[in-house]
Amino acid sequence: MRSDTPFRNDAHAKVTGRATYADDVSFSGMLHAVPVYADYVSAKDLRIDTREALASPGCVRVITAADVPGAAMFGQIEKDYPIIASDRVRSWGDVCAIVVADTREAAKAAAALVRITATPLKPVLGIDEALAPGAPVVPSYGDSNIVTHHRLRHGDPEPLFAGCELVLEEEFQTQAIEHAYMEPEAAVCVPRADGVVEIYGSMQHPFSTRRFVAALLGEPLSNVEVYTISVGGGFGGKDDNAAAVCARAALAARLTGRPVKLRYDREWSFRETYKRHPYRLRYKVGVTSEGKILAVKATMHVDSGPYLSVTPWVTWRSTAQCFGPYVVDNIHADVYGVATNNIFSGAMRGFGSPQVNFAVEQIMDIAAHKLKIHPLGMRRINMVKQDSITVTGQRLSGHTVSLEDVMNRVVHEIGFRKKYELCSFGKSETEELYGIGLAVSYRGSSLGAEGMDFCSCIINGQYDGSILLETGIHENGQGSESAMTLILADELGTDLKRIRYRRSSTSAIPDSGTTVATRGTVMGGSAVVVAARQYRDLLSDHLADRLRCKPQDVTFHDDKIWGLNYEYSLTWEEAMRELFLQRITPYAFGTFQAPPVSWDDTTGQGDAYFTYVYSCQAVELAVDKKTGKVRLLNIVAGHDIGKAINRALLLGQMYGGMTQGIGMALMEDFVRDGGKTPCLNFDTYKIPRTTDLPPMTGIIIENHDPNSLTGAKGIGEPALELIAPAIANAIYNATGVRYTKLPIQIRPEDLA
Amino acid sequence: MNSITINGTVFEVRDDELELSMLTYLRERRFLTGTKNGCEKGLCGSCTIVMNDTAVRACKTPVKKAIGTSIVTIEGMEGPSGELHPIQKAFIDAGAIQCGFCTPGMVMSSYALLLREPKPSRDDIRKALRGNLCRCTGYQQIIDAVELAAQVIREQELSPKAGNVQSS
Repeated sequence: MRSDTPFRNDAHAKVTGRATYADDVSFSGMLHAVPVYADYVSAKDLRIDTREALASPGCVRVITAADVPGAAMFGQIEKDYPIIASDRVRSWGDVCAIVVADTREAAKAAAALVRITATPLKPVLGIDEALAPGAPVVPSYGDSNIVTHHRLRHGDPEPLFAGCELVLEEEFQTQAIEHAYMEPEAAVCVPRADGVVEIYGSMQHPFSTRRFVAALLGEPLSNVEVYTISVGGGFGGKDDNAAAVCARAALAARLTGRPVKLRYDREWSFRETYKRHPYRLRYKVGVTSEGKILAVKATMHVDSGPYLSVTPWVTWRSTAQCFGPYVVDNIHADVYGVATNNIFSGAMRGFGSPQVNFAVEQIMDIAAHKLKIHPLGMRRINMVKQDSITVTGQRLSGHTVSLEDVMNRVVHEIGFRKKYELCSFGKSETEELYGIGLAVSYRGSSLGAEGMDFCSCIINGQYDGSILLETGIHENGQGSESAMTLILADELGTDLKRIRYRRSSTSAIPDSGTTVATRGTVMGGSAVVVAARQYRDLLSDHLADRLRCKPQDVTFHDDKIWGLNYEYSLTWEEAMRELFLQRITPYAFGTFQAPPVSWDDTTGQGDAYFTYVYSCQAVELAVDKKTGKVRLLNIVAGHDIGKAINRALLLGQMYGGMTQGIGMALMEDFVRDGGKTPCLNFDTYKIPRTTDLPPMTGIIIENHDPNSLTGAKGIGEPALELIAPAIANAIYNATGVRYTKLPIQIRPEDLA
Repeated sequence: MNSITINGTVFEVRDDELELSMLTYLRERRFLTGTKNGCEKGLCGSCTIVMNDTAVRACKTPVKKAIGTSIVTIEGMEGPSGELHPIQKAFIDAGAIQCGFCTPGMVMSSYALLLREPKPSRDDIRKALRGNLCRCTGYQQIIDAVELAAQVIREQELSPKAGNVQSS
């Protein structure tokens, strides 16, 4: 595959400023909408007085829940998220009204005049508070703050702890994290003359967006057409929340009969949108004197906030991967999603595994140090290998289980063994303490047993030999359109120039699920291959006569279509004309269904994922003895991603994922103070900058995966999920102090 | 009359536009939407433009402060026939683009850097781009791109000047 020079179909548009994002779209007669929040964390008897706002210059309409023709509450799993709140406020981020005006300034001015009163209720702000007897029940449904509970029962750990050389009991905590995509949410909605409402939105799941819009409007899905335009990053964060933004704009467009733009200020984006789930993880781990892990009990409590969003799916992944890439024959895990009145939690790149890895990869090092075993040896004897049985009882076969090889490659590249001997462990002659640390992981590809997993592709050949390609995968900035184009060019043996990736709409291609879970390349790419095979068969059948051969002898390469022994060939222009004369439509529609997976809810056993990505990341750092400040020196990452489609973009995913993980490890903390937050922009919520980062090296390991028709798996999430524990381990090896809470903040007195 | 030169073209500024930010003015009055609004508080760098050869935040620059200056935006980087500026080309060649929302600001900060420092070290580049946030790339390929652009400009003896400005 042509993967060596960077290819991006949107590179020219993006580097010249021509790429069109939602806020760059305008229509004649367009109105502007803004959300209105209430300064409550939990309240009832919501009353909204719109009179003053309506009298404000330029104000066209103030929309409240009373104006909603459909369902004001919606959600991907539970329909509990108030697109517009009515009566009850459960979060400081709840939107209580939408103000629509001639200009954005007028809308903001009017929004300040919307008077909201309510009866405050005592908010539930922490996991223990939520679980306490008699705690107010936060969710709108059910009678408990435990909104989801996944179990895993594999063997019986309890009797084994007594015979273990070492029994560790450790607690870890991870924080809420803001996605901090550079483009805040925005939506432009246009009511079309035929009754359809068009959506141009900054979102990563057009089909879910369509469901939110249709639900709020009380209209069929066919009335809503969501178009793909440039999206300025998502990382899981532009799923249901961004869909709600689109739905609000759509409602405003419906009610006013005019195009409406709803563009979010950064402050609204930070205040309202869901964050990475904060976790509290408790582990009891029994280890033999040789370092073999015999028994594990894991209990995790996860702050879901007031709305369920995708908490059951996030915590399912934490369950299925509850003890990292290690074989443990006796393990029980219980993972609870807990409702609070904090700003809610939802999908974010990594999706329930960065939190678990932060705990497990430190436990491996803690055990190794206590047993005086090398951390590499500790991992080596416990890690999954070919045909290992995972904690969910899945035999790892049908793909190459390369974790040990991946770790070896990273260890070799960074020189881990030698450098490990140089670690300070709290003592050094200089101002700084030096440490190196690593972490390994495996990650189930795509949704796994969490959901229905299939994806479509359309190949539409044109009369002049050009080809239109579209898939149900969404371009969020990661380069999926480019990957799909490369895959099709490879399958058809054509020049890249011949292929135009068509930005699809929800009315043009079947629902292909969401572009999350590192599923874009594996699912979308496989759908492209399915469609391309059909397309080649169609062309072969109808061109064989012209090529003086049998259909099975037709081949596609060097931008031509060839007969047997290269005697005859057709250009694509000639081939398309021939099909036209035969009245054959050069069109293919392909669907790829993920290979089977299985899950038993009562035992947490099953074939959780159809394949896994294997990863190792190692980091060198120095800690300033006086200030406790961490200086990252070097990072090496290795990932077995199956097959590289677009090497430069693949490396970009690695570097970007690691950088987000560095933010998680050392700086980012979406503070929740009484259910509110001071983190409303990049001054109070800091993400990594150029000067925070060391040189990074990415090692691409390719064991073509037979479960994926291209051989490729994916990289988006594996890149992020293990740098935080690698950093924590390196910090321990530098300072001799173990940090179990994120973000890691080293106080100088810790080093005294 | 108050005027601003934008990408080589002189625009007369109306009195009611003086209090706007350059970000609003460029995006909504000049329809130059390549300059992005990421935070409106001067914190993210997405709206970076180059004013009299210095990188500034359009969101924190009132129009009245830009009167009489020469502004280059991302739309002004290409040459007269649409050829990419070496920085733009290097961003593509180094694989420095993902979602693209920070890209215009990154290109403009890099441009201001190369105007004052034709041979920046990687550390110089990191410092010059410190105020430009990117959530996708981890910056590494962006730094590669700026290094590459500087090298191309030096080795091919190109003018670092933005296209439209050069031609005016």
